[in-house]
Amino acid sequence: MRNPYRTQKIAFFFLLLATLLIVVPVGLIVVIIIQKGLPAINWQFLADMPRQGMRAGGIFPAIIGTIYLVTGAIIFALPIGLLAAIYLSEYSKDNLLTRIIKLAIVNLAGVPSVVYGLFGLALFVVFFKFGASILSGSLTLGIMILPVIITTSREALESVPYSFREVSLSLGASKWQTIRHIVLPNAIPGILTGTILGLGRAAGETAPILFTVAAFYLPRLPDSVFDQAMALPYHLYVISTQVPNVDEKIRYGTALVLLTLVLFMNLVAIIIRYKFRKKKKW
Amino acid sequence: MRKFKEFIVEKLILICGLASIFFVVLIFIFLLKEGLAVFNIVSPFKFLFGKSWYPISEPPQLGILPLILGSLLVTVGAAIISIPIGVGCAVYIAEIAPPRTKETLKAGIELLAAIPSVVLGFIGMVTLVPLVKTIFHLPTGLTALSGSIMLAFMAMPTIVSIAEDALYSVPKTYKEGALALGATHWQTIWRVMLPAASSGILAAVMLGIGRVIGETMAVMMITGNAAVMPNSILIPVRTLTATIAAEMGEAVVGSEHYFALFAIGIVLFIISFAINVTADLFLHKRQ
Repeated sequence: MRNPYRTQKIAFFFLLLATLLIVVPVGLIVVIIIQKGLPAINWQFLADMPRQGMRAGGIFPAIIGTIYLVTGAIIFALPIGLLAAIYLSEYSKDNLLTRIIKLAIVNLAGVPSVVYGLFGLALFVVFFKFGASILSGSLTLGIMILPVIITTSREALESVPYSFREVSLSLGASKWQTIRHIVLPNAIPGILTGTILGLGRAAGETAPILFTVAAFYLPRLPDSVFDQAMALPYHLYVISTQVPNVDEKIRYGTALVLLTLVLFMNLVAIIIRYKFRKKKKW
Repeated sequence: MRKFKEFIVEKLILICGLASIFFVVLIFIFLLKEGLAVFNIVSPFKFLFGKSWYPISEPPQLGILPLILGSLLVTVGAAIISIPIGVGCAVYIAEIAPPRTKETLKAGIELLAAIPSVVLGFIGMVTLVPLVKTIFHLPTGLTALSGSIMLAFMAMPTIVSIAEDALYSVPKTYKEGALALGATHWQTIWRVMLPAASSGILAAVMLGIGRVIGETMAVMMITGNAAVMPNSILIPVRTLTATIAAEMGEAVVGSEHYFALFAIGIVLFIISFAINVTADLFLHKRQ
């Protein structure tokens, strides 16, 4: 007869193995990038224009471009996402319309990033004639991160206890006053988490900006939202596949800056969420 | 006055609530608007099942079968790697890991999900690709296999987090009942927990696969981008997504090539739509 405890031991060993197979490579990836990228990082690398066809100099315009794009995306996506989350958590009834909205959000989250690029190209660049510009790229990224913001904000709003609303309404406040003064303030940490996660996502994506904004090589800063711009993820793609003989240090350095930016935002989001959960009074 | 203001605000909220539907429809409409024109040149059947993709030859040959098979090959490879590992890790996190380890592991998985695909592609290029090349003695390490391995890492966070949720939401009484009857912890997991969470796990797998099919940058950087009919996992292939990303830059707006790339976009949109709707049905069944 098979010994069930031995079977259990073997099974648990394999489960641990599976976990290690995910965790160890992730650790390795981060360590390799930090180890090889760190020597490239200095003030000149961060604050200088790229030179000699990106084989020397810094990545300043790419950093600035990414900051512009991410800011634009969040300016567009945060108000719409937040109001959509308020609708879903406070106003929607359990009916077909709500079901369809939720399905649409799931689908929006699942659309391949390169399809967002196509959409941005067709709508903003060609149809609205914004051209390849920061505006087109920001709007495309904004639509892409909408589901992240809606989902996390909605969770935050829904986690505010129902009794808070009842008390406010019973004191004579209107529905909107209740949302504005009672529900929203209590949901702010969660909304912040969602916003930061959205920022991180927008900062790291390449495919949606390929045809909507990204400039291959533009060693100056953009003057207006109708300008093209460089961006970190696209810059990393370009120097690692399109330009031959780029010093490995520059590639790793760029990867490190991008990774740090994105992981830092995610870490902040995780910490806010963790702190908030601990401190929650209800 | 206040009543009026609230009326406006509430209408605004309703409009934003409907925004997601609006955007999904808008994306589809614009893909159709730009993509359907290709079917004036080539029939839908020839487009989907044509074996050669030479968009800039004269006349252009616009058959995307090699691209579909490329995507399929890479996706199946990634699924074979990521499903057992992902579900195994989910079980470990949900059932076995002590609470502290559990929090750390969950944060680690979230970090993996956050690594931009272009960074994973870059790391794949400098570590995995040379490795595959030496192990299999190939002329190039840019193969479907390298792509599958790298993409498996992009599917895993999705699979782990949704499968873990599914396991977590199995009622405690099921587990307690099985343990009380004398089953070992593993027997409980295998015979009770996994079957009870099966529809959620299935949804997790589907969403993970959806992520793989739609993945663009990493795949473009490490699969070698040869638009030929794949006959082995050790040769360069080109996926649907990589084709769009690599060629749209050169396609002239309004050309046949441009229309064809949008038509590929329609195919991708429909695939991801189907996957997401089905996965959603599975997730709903559970509740």
